[in-house]
Amino acid sequence: MPKRTDIQSIMIIGAGPIIIGQACEFDYSGTQACKALKEEGYRVILVNSNPATIMTDPGLADATYVEPITPEVVEKIIEKERPDAILPTMGGQTALNTALALAESGALDRLGVQLIGANKEAIAKAEDRDQFRTAMLKIGLDMPLSAVAHTLEEAWKVLEEVKLPCIIRPSFTMGGTGGGIAYNREEFEEIVTSGLDASPTTEVLVEESIVGWKEYEMEVVRDKADNCIIICSIENVDPMGVHTGDSITVAPALTLTDKEYQIMRNASIAVLREIGVETGGSNVQFAVNPENGRLIIIEMNPRVSRSSALASKATGFPIAKIAAKLAVGYTLDELNNDITGVTPASFEPTIDYVVTKIPRFTFEKFTGAEAKLGTAMKSVGEAMAIGRTFTESLQKALRSLETGLTGLNEQNFAGPGEQHADKQRIQAILAQPTPERLLNIAQAFREGLTLEEVRAASKYEPWFLSQIQSIVEMENAVRTGGIPTTKGGLLTLKSMGFSDHRLAELAGTREEHVLAARQKFGVEPVYKRIDTCAAEFSSQTPYMYSTYEGNEWDEAVCEAEPTEAKKVVILGGGPNRIGQGIEFDYCCVHAAYALSEAGYETIMVNCNPETVSTDYDTSDRLYFEPLTVEDTLAIIRKEQSKGALHGVIVQFGGQTPLKLAAGLEAAGVPILGTSPDAIDLAEDRERFQQLLHKLGLKQPENGIARSVAEAFKIAERIGYPVVVRPSYVLGGRGMEIVRDGESLDRYMREAVIVSGEDPVLVDGYLQNAIEVDVDCLSDGKEVFVAGIMEHIEEAGIHSGDSACALPPHTLSGEIIEEIKRQTEAMALALNVVGLMNVQFAIKDGVIFILEVNPRASRTVPFVAKSINYPIAKIAARIMAGESLASFDLKYRKLDHVTVKEAVFPFSRFPGVDVVLGPEMRSTGEVMGIDKDFGAAFLKSQIAAGVKLPTEGTVFVSVKDLDKSPIKDAVAKLIGLGFKIVSTGGTAQYLSEQGLEVTRVNKVMEGRPNIVDTMKNGEIAMVFNTTEGAQALRDSYDIRHTALVMKTPYSTTVAGANATVQAIEKIVTGTLEVNSLQSYS
Amino acid sequence: MSYVNNGNAVDLNSERIATAVLVLDDGTVFHGFGIGMEGETVGEVCFNTSMTGYQESLTDPSFAGQLITFTFPHIGNVGFNDEDIETSGIAANGLIIRASITEPANWRAVGPLDDWLVSRKLTGITGVDTRRLTHHIRKSGAPNGIIAHSKDGKFDIAALQEKAASWPGLEGMDLAKEVSCTAPYEWSETNWDSNTGFGQQETPTRHIVAVDYGIKRNILRCLAELGCRITVVPAKTTFDDILALNPDGIFLANGPGDPAATAEYAVPVIRKCVDSGIPTFGICLGHQMLALAVGAKTMKMHQGHRGANQPVKDLTTGKVEITSQNHGFVVTRESLPEGVTETHKSLFDGVVEGIEIDGKPVFSVQYHPEASPGPQDSYYLFKRFIDLVDRKNA
Repeated sequence: MPKRTDIQSIMIIGAGPIIIGQACEFDYSGTQACKALKEEGYRVILVNSNPATIMTDPGLADATYVEPITPEVVEKIIEKERPDAILPTMGGQTALNTALALAESGALDRLGVQLIGANKEAIAKAEDRDQFRTAMLKIGLDMPLSAVAHTLEEAWKVLEEVKLPCIIRPSFTMGGTGGGIAYNREEFEEIVTSGLDASPTTEVLVEESIVGWKEYEMEVVRDKADNCIIICSIENVDPMGVHTGDSITVAPALTLTDKEYQIMRNASIAVLREIGVETGGSNVQFAVNPENGRLIIIEMNPRVSRSSALASKATGFPIAKIAAKLAVGYTLDELNNDITGVTPASFEPTIDYVVTKIPRFTFEKFTGAEAKLGTAMKSVGEAMAIGRTFTESLQKALRSLETGLTGLNEQNFAGPGEQHADKQRIQAILAQPTPERLLNIAQAFREGLTLEEVRAASKYEPWFLSQIQSIVEMENAVRTGGIPTTKGGLLTLKSMGFSDHRLAELAGTREEHVLAARQKFGVEPVYKRIDTCAAEFSSQTPYMYSTYEGNEWDEAVCEAEPTEAKKVVILGGGPNRIGQGIEFDYCCVHAAYALSEAGYETIMVNCNPETVSTDYDTSDRLYFEPLTVEDTLAIIRKEQSKGALHGVIVQFGGQTPLKLAAGLEAAGVPILGTSPDAIDLAEDRERFQQLLHKLGLKQPENGIARSVAEAFKIAERIGYPVVVRPSYVLGGRGMEIVRDGESLDRYMREAVIVSGEDPVLVDGYLQNAIEVDVDCLSDGKEVFVAGIMEHIEEAGIHSGDSACALPPHTLSGEIIEEIKRQTEAMALALNVVGLMNVQFAIKDGVIFILEVNPRASRTVPFVAKSINYPIAKIAARIMAGESLASFDLKYRKLDHVTVKEAVFPFSRFPGVDVVLGPEMRSTGEVMGIDKDFGAAFLKSQIAAGVKLPTEGTVFVSVKDLDKSPIKDAVAKLIGLGFKIVSTGGTAQYLSEQGLEVTRVNKVMEGRPNIVDTMKNGEIAMVFNTTEGAQALRDSYDIRHTALVMKTPYSTTVAGANATVQAIEKIVTGTLEVNSLQSYS
Repeated sequence: MSYVNNGNAVDLNSERIATAVLVLDDGTVFHGFGIGMEGETVGEVCFNTSMTGYQESLTDPSFAGQLITFTFPHIGNVGFNDEDIETSGIAANGLIIRASITEPANWRAVGPLDDWLVSRKLTGITGVDTRRLTHHIRKSGAPNGIIAHSKDGKFDIAALQEKAASWPGLEGMDLAKEVSCTAPYEWSETNWDSNTGFGQQETPTRHIVAVDYGIKRNILRCLAELGCRITVVPAKTTFDDILALNPDGIFLANGPGDPAATAEYAVPVIRKCVDSGIPTFGICLGHQMLALAVGAKTMKMHQGHRGANQPVKDLTTGKVEITSQNHGFVVTRESLPEGVTETHKSLFDGVVEGIEIDGKPVFSVQYHPEASPGPQDSYYLFKRFIDLVDRKNA
């Protein structure tokens, strides 16, 4: 059955901004889908509000709408573009929900658009709890026992059937608040009572507990001829109770007999058939009772998912690409397996290695959030590693995380002043599902706990425990025996995945001594190919991982087969985290595309399975490897053994590859573009200050403190408030604005922990200054200032958390010219070859330089999409040696404005204050593009999920400094028909200005207070700015209630002003949608 | 790894001893560590890409005469149990794996795989770069080889190579007679269920005679599940003896070795089966010998098909099934005579995977619809067979 010819144009809906649970895996899937459908000759219309994606590159779709993904906006795009079909399965839950809403509203029928890949009924059947349960029971699959209760009495009734322990899930609460696991009747009563209270609908689900069971996942692909294949089985190392996105997982499943595996395989396929997923990929999750093998189905997703990305990278089978082709009518046997080039896609990949995925968390950024894992996902990224054995892949995955781990590093269980923790305490720690549980388990073995004791507490499958135990035993051998003096000993350690760094730590020696010992015996990694078929067929695709093979008698065989080409190695960004996300993957992918166009062989190294950069067809060669000096240097040496290595790109993947630059350079590896020394200069306070001084440029007053006393001296010289931070940080980690000596003292004691021996930087804080981000290109001779972005929020809010507009919406022409001049001066002085980002603050017409980063920045994709120049690509080619002049870039006047807005994960972290500061906490971003600022800002808000009101009551409460600046915004709101309520000071000020305002109680002033009013749904929007620790604490409830009630809020005056402009836009006109291609 | 921790600290500074070697007939040597019984075992070295079901594979009589290289590095994770066994008789000659055998992790496990290997008198080697070996087989075809396992680590490599090279090889070898039962027996056990284990067929409505060239138990279970009483008869049973059992259908089993060799005594019987008009179904070796019986030819394959991910297209329906396969010989397409229709085809390399005899209730497939191990997509073939039986009986 060939492809459908009754449809010519297809709309693909993306996933929007990166949020927890929806990360760049949907850029991977959307990009593959766009390419696959264009390849088949369809006209592709893409909607995605996330500018940092590869899929929104103008060349990938015929019409690219960087517009909010809401049913209303998407309907407008459909009206304009009239696609024949929508493929809703590539953009996560966002795309699925949007498509379902459009189907249910009748819009799709009205406009004659059909859903392909998954229809309305299938989506509803998979997503609706009751429908899903009915469907599963119909095909004879087991589900956890459960029932809904609205009162405690009802709950007791339900418990008779469900039995203890059980899980209580309140309906419609944020992040599962109010729920929990009850092990006895007392706990049950307590949790049900609080759950009913927390639920807005006074409803709880009482469910049989399957916590501690084994968890599995199957990735299934089905075509319209009902051919079904399993791409990959995945086993969770963390047992049930931890969200699968937060679990350590391995592929393939390692502890199933064939009989059990086939039951799961049959069940998975039956689920797809029953749900009615006609074509494409789905995942099905199972729980298995380790005592008796009882199999329970947990859920299924009728779309590609995070685990499909993982399964694709783990096996080499491109699920999204194949799913897109199946959606237009192909059957599996009509499609090829690109990896082998000789076999069809209708087969099940078989692998001859083990894949481990470990999630990456950022609890440290969310003060107040408990670092505990549960049924709601908390991780912001993941690293995947491949090894021939479980231990090898596990230890590679640990160092891929880039959280400072070199392996199963030691944990400290003992309290202060204690030598050892007792066994009970250790077991209590192991029972807690936390991000450190794996490390805790290893530590428990070190402390002498038996495997059974560890199992009883952690519920980990004994197989994994014994593997962890074997690592710990080898660690002991190295601690006592040192670095082995035998080849067999060294090989044993290396093939278990030990890094040189870890071995050096264990043996109390230096990494280079481990390397020397290895070199003496010729113990080097070899590279094996990921070929979908365990070497049954020869693979044409150089998709590789390292492993230590062979033994002291037999030679190891390497399949890398480097070519004679002139090559460039691009080091990727590793796992997503806050501060280093998809933007850097975008840059790495562009580098690969650009250098390939320029005739180089491109070699990508990365360990993030969610990305486009780790697609085997993005670069000429792909190494799925940890980003450490040891691992990357081994690859580079292998590649240097043949052909010519032109150089390595370290400036595109964020801080991760930059940190490797010094080590690589020291090993004589050519680094392309701006020299690591220049990068260091920009990061080194003292050297950078000298440079600015030479150029006659200004910086906020600052100093470097190496002690608490020094910090006080500097702060007093500059005057409070000051911005303090550890040196060498990314994403504002540990950065804070301190307003008095007390806060500084507290900070200095904590900051030293943050950065070890590194000093603390103290900067003057420019109050109410405008912050500006600039990205430029330079070849060392000329500079092109690609984008000047004016932040909406004032300086002091982390640039990654600020909304910004391009071009600047309030800056004067002179200031803009001066910013350009200063940028050029710095780029030339630093001899930048490639990209550079500068952050400026403008206060009272004076330009200050806050920070310079001579590398690709977070804003590069946003700028590229705003000005329609592929600046990352151009930068890569400049770095490889071309001149800036050869690209003939022109300063063009834009006929549009773009606004970037950040998206935050606060709803995942109950108890965390949402007020913005110098520490970055956003996970992703959206872009609004339109003819004027108001419309572009409005779109950015809609895209970020903010529902701005057009009527109702606005609560305004601002600090003294903001009272005058907020006046105009309040006046405009009143003009638009809004009512205003304020607390004491603000109410008084606004009344004095002749504005009509009602006074309301502060939280401390008795009830009913503002929070009561908000909880009653009487407040449509909140403007709340605060200063000082006490005021912050006092107003915490207001912001938290706004978050829970989904009330739009702004914590800055500039944000409030922009919001009012956006509301004016809603009230006065209609929003238009336009493709990127239609803007000049 | 050989650095075992026997309650003592591991000493990585002492030299390891290779306690096993795999020597191929071309002189290639792989060193490693012995598992299972000490001693030597010779056979054709093949590779199997299944990630699950090692116990079923090791007990599959079709693997007689072969040393199985498992491409998945961790083998032994689920230990062994007494259910996942395809024959208690002769099956694989040995095994070659990458990682050391671990403690078992499965609720059904009875003990570690190594104990079971010893109890089955099987010899194997671990610590081998199985991917390198697989490459070797892919390049040069399945070689003959020998695994030697000795705790003292003393091996005469030249002598071992000589033994491997002088082993006659599977071509021309009739192994069915070695693995077949010696006397007829009845079978009534049905398929496995995770709650109740194996069942019993208590009210069979059809009688099938299965000719045992090396039959896997799960074939019998699949037939019993569908309401059959089964009489299993030895490979050399005559047609008259089969007929005397009054079968509703005849089943030609899987088995090891070269079909052309086994055909000497099997083909005349099978020809009579075809002519008799009794519904007949063949699997694997049974399929190959059915083809030989109707005048087609078989040949030895370069590396064979062994795994649980093999796509086969049912040419009669157009559907693709993922199959479990284990064959080193194949029926050649050009040799298919008139009156024989190809019904199934491999989507990996296009070879013939199934045939039917025009106008007769007779068909066969090259692969393993009984799975065990592997996907159960092809169970429908047993129903197809039963339908033929019922149509004939009606």
